[in-house]
Amino acid sequence: MNNNSTPSVEDRVRASLKKRYAREKRFQYYGIGAILISLLFLCVLFGDIISKGYTAFQQTYVKLDIYFDPALITPEGQMDQNTLIHGDYSGIIKQSLRDAFPNVSGRQDKRKLYSIVSNGASHTLRKKVLAHPELIGKKQSVWVLADDEIDMLIKGHISRDIPEEDRRLKDNQIQWVDQLMADGRIEKRFNTTFFTSGDSRDPEMAGILGAAAGSFYTLLVTLALSFPIGIAAAIYLEEFAPQNRFTDFIEVNINNLAAVPSIVFGLLGLAIFINFLGLPRSAPLVGGLVLTLMTLPTIIIASRAALKSVPYSIREAALGVGASKMQVVTHHVLPLAMPGMLTGTIIGMAQALGETAPLLVIGMVAFVVDIPGGITDPSTALPVQVFLWADSPERAFVERTSAAIMVLLGFLALMNITGVLLRKRFERRW
Amino acid sequence: MVDTIITQGQTDVIGAMDNSEIDNPAEVESKAITHRDARDTVGEPFSKDPRMTCRNVNVFYGEKQAIHDVSLDIGANEVIAMIGPSGCGKSTFLRCLNRMNDTVDSCRVEGNIHMNNDDIYNKSMDVVLLRARVGMVFQKPNPFPKSIYDNIAYGPRIHGLTKNKVELDEVVESSLKRAGLWTEVKDRLDQPGTGLSGGQQQRLCIARAIAVSPDVILMDEPCSALDPIATAHIEDLIDELRQNFTIAIVTHSMQQAARVSQRTAYFHLGYLIEVGQTDQVFTNPKHQLTEDYITGRFG
Ligand SMILES: Nc1ncnc2c1ncn2[C@@H]1O[C@H](COP(=O)(O)OP(=O)(O)O)[C@@H](O)[C@H]1O
Ligand SMILES: [Mg+2]
Repeated sequence: MNNNSTPSVEDRVRASLKKRYAREKRFQYYGIGAILISLLFLCVLFGDIISKGYTAFQQTYVKLDIYFDPALITPEGQMDQNTLIHGDYSGIIKQSLRDAFPNVSGRQDKRKLYSIVSNGASHTLRKKVLAHPELIGKKQSVWVLADDEIDMLIKGHISRDIPEEDRRLKDNQIQWVDQLMADGRIEKRFNTTFFTSGDSRDPEMAGILGAAAGSFYTLLVTLALSFPIGIAAAIYLEEFAPQNRFTDFIEVNINNLAAVPSIVFGLLGLAIFINFLGLPRSAPLVGGLVLTLMTLPTIIIASRAALKSVPYSIREAALGVGASKMQVVTHHVLPLAMPGMLTGTIIGMAQALGETAPLLVIGMVAFVVDIPGGITDPSTALPVQVFLWADSPERAFVERTSAAIMVLLGFLALMNITGVLLRKRFERRW
Repeated sequence: MVDTIITQGQTDVIGAMDNSEIDNPAEVESKAITHRDARDTVGEPFSKDPRMTCRNVNVFYGEKQAIHDVSLDIGANEVIAMIGPSGCGKSTFLRCLNRMNDTVDSCRVEGNIHMNNDDIYNKSMDVVLLRARVGMVFQKPNPFPKSIYDNIAYGPRIHGLTKNKVELDEVVESSLKRAGLWTEVKDRLDQPGTGLSGGQQQRLCIARAIAVSPDVILMDEPCSALDPIATAHIEDLIDELRQNFTIAIVTHSMQQAARVSQRTAYFHLGYLIEVGQTDQVFTNPKHQLTEDYITGRFG
């Protein structure tokens, strides 16, 4: 047979084998290439965010020699709380700056001098005095927040080379800062403010906590509503509902809802929850309701898939020993489907955490300084905060924007890890 | 004339059933003639001491009829084997006996099935109660993904059969003993039932069925996924269980039917063709179809 011109079966198989292996190899390379490209994008994204944002975790402080002048704090001599709160602390700071730089004269230059420290510095002093009234009349060195422009200069975000008229920080201000530096009166410290305060017009006083709390309350509402509703709907549709036109119609609609742009849900929320039901604007309650509408389809679809994946033999086994339909679901199907349902829920929650557009519509885009204490307090959310800061002109908000994104990504990672852990826990039942 | 048609069509029918595909319309025609002529049950479908009686049972999946007018008794404390080519409706018929077909939306059951004089398809019959009295063992071992103990204890728990933990422990132990599994698993009752071997899993499923003390146990090809040794184990077990339970077993293995059953029912294309004492059915079948099936397989 081999003598003939037709090759033997073995030869032909061998020849085709080579091709097959080559194809397999090529396919593997495509896969590896795809992963590498995504990794590259991810690295670029993270690299950009982190390189822009890491400096926000440090903040410049200025050491001032403060004389707690009784004439400015308690002009009439009484030491009650109200007087202490309303003392002229910025006057004290100005005095201390004038003492530090006695040569500065003229209204313009003095104003420039005063702007070296943050408006927040007077809060620092007020707090100090309220905690220790005995300081009044004494002298003390106090570290206060530097202004955001100084902060930017110290961090090297403002170049000294560009001409003075193009800079917001003028030459004499830079000189003063250099002098303070030389005296060891300027220091970078960990930026606790960023993690402990709400939003502010002044970048150096702006923090993420208000937005984080807003996101937390919003997600709390979302989770509390969408998890039980979504799972109940999935169980009903998958286990109990008859297969007919009506349930088909519902199924199609759920799948459609999953693809509706989120802004539409926002508009719906505005019309129904705020204008019709009269719920408060800018509140996590309404935000949570809107995000519930948005995450429900995700949770329902994932939960149904999880329910579908529970082998029918388990249901048969339970039915066979006389379990009722409800018992089959609660004792057997649900525990087995739980990991998948949790995954779906976490994905939905992660989506909700990153959702911005519907929150803008229902007014969670407001400038909120106070940290919300409940689901009806006005608040923003993390992604909205990112949006707000990204939109602010001050240079110092650039790094804060990136820092806020990092916090947001951190929370996302935390949620996903929680999801994985929960899933592991539940999966042990198999 | 009729005889010739049957014998002629015979090989075709069996052949077609084996791969359960019908692609030639002419073949369908010839088969239709075959089973129309053969649908009357021959032999002894009735029992003197029936535990379950089925009369004129028809089962439909949507438009398609899967069981045609089957009347059969399941006698008390007997093992009745149901044999026949695949797709002939053995499982469908078996699943009528504990109303497992209720779970199939398209399935409709007509006729009478009584258990100890209760009509099991009556509205007043609670299917949970019925399934507590008619247990089932499936083709593929399907233990719950729970501990061995919980697998057995599940039935007694949901039916409230035991008053306390001690009683429950006893039920678990006795069920496992009767299923011949106790010595193998008594030291690892808290380990998952899914971790056992296939044969052990199937005995676990039998123990799970026994634990509710049913009157009847239905088994749908319980050994088809098992190796010969595990199969022999289960067959011995079935023989022992006969003293306390009535067993209806579907099997594709005629040797198995011959070994474990007292009566055998032969199904063909949804018709009950022949019922009789197992010896008689295998050694001296009265119906041509039965004989062809038996000899075809042995030969
Ligand atoms: N769920 C179902 N829906 C529709 N037809 C079915 C269903 N189950 C079984 N059938 C049909 O009913 C007939 C009998 O099936 P079955 O009882 O499973 O046969 P056997 O167990 O004897 O192999 C077959 O033709 C099969 O295609
Ligand atoms: Mg079957």
